[in-house]
Amino acid sequence: MNMTDTRFSTPRRLILQGIGAVALVGLGNIPFVSAAFAAANDKYPEDAFKAKTEADAIKALYGKPAEASDKVKLDAPEIAENGAVVPISVTTTLTDVTSISFLVADNPSALAASYVIPAGTMPSVANRIKMAKTSKVTAIIEAGGKLYSATKEVKVTVGGCGG
Amino acid sequence: MASTIRVRASATGDTTEVQALIQHPMDSGYVKDAKGDLIPAHFIQQVTFECNGKSVFVADWGTAVSKDPYVKFSFKGGNKGDDLKISWVDNKGASDTTTAKIA
Repeated sequence: MNMTDTRFSTPRRLILQGIGAVALVGLGNIPFVSAAFAAANDKYPEDAFKAKTEADAIKALYGKPAEASDKVKLDAPEIAENGAVVPISVTTTLTDVTSISFLVADNPSALAASYVIPAGTMPSVANRIKMAKTSKVTAIIEAGGKLYSATKEVKVTVGGCGG
Repeated sequence: MASTIRVRASATGDTTEVQALIQHPMDSGYVKDAKGDLIPAHFIQQVTFECNGKSVFVADWGTAVSKDPYVKFSFKGGNKGDDLKISWVDNKGASDTTTAKIA
């Protein structure tokens, strides 16, 4: 183990530095507004619910991107026979969770529901949402100021948004 | 009229599990009625849960939450007999409140 470490240390360091630089450049484009969002936590996030795409909704709600994490356990059916009632739940082993949101990528408005989790409340929510068609469902968990997500594709045989 | 909110809150140890079912059409604004006219959006925007005056859960909902919405969560700190106050308000300004005892 030690030998391989020394042998590969130089290129590894270079790669790590490269990743760091890319990450910094990426962050530069996003305004640091998370403090403002946290303060307005109890207000209904109207703009986020009006956002059409998943990325816009996440930006309006949290102002930063989420990273996929296996600590977020999203429970959704493989196939939903009725898109009007799709049971979705999420739970996590992450601590210090402040908010949980559900998004359906291909709905007319991506954000379905967002929950505020005060201290002392378990980071686990179950609810039922509507899906217009087969789509990716994403759960986002805000823990310690960072965003973690899990995504699952749910097949819908009858849509729930339209006649 | 009976309350639109049905709630079951049960305490096991120091954890209280809450299940709430609210009667509401949750019209998305995309569905047409029998005459082909769009049914305007009518949905609950926010539901708040308070235990002994302290907020334990806030739900912000969009039109994509199912009709007669259901939500389940649990929190620490509730005791049997404590009051759990639940209120919702929708996009037309209608609202309802109920208080349940934790069992």
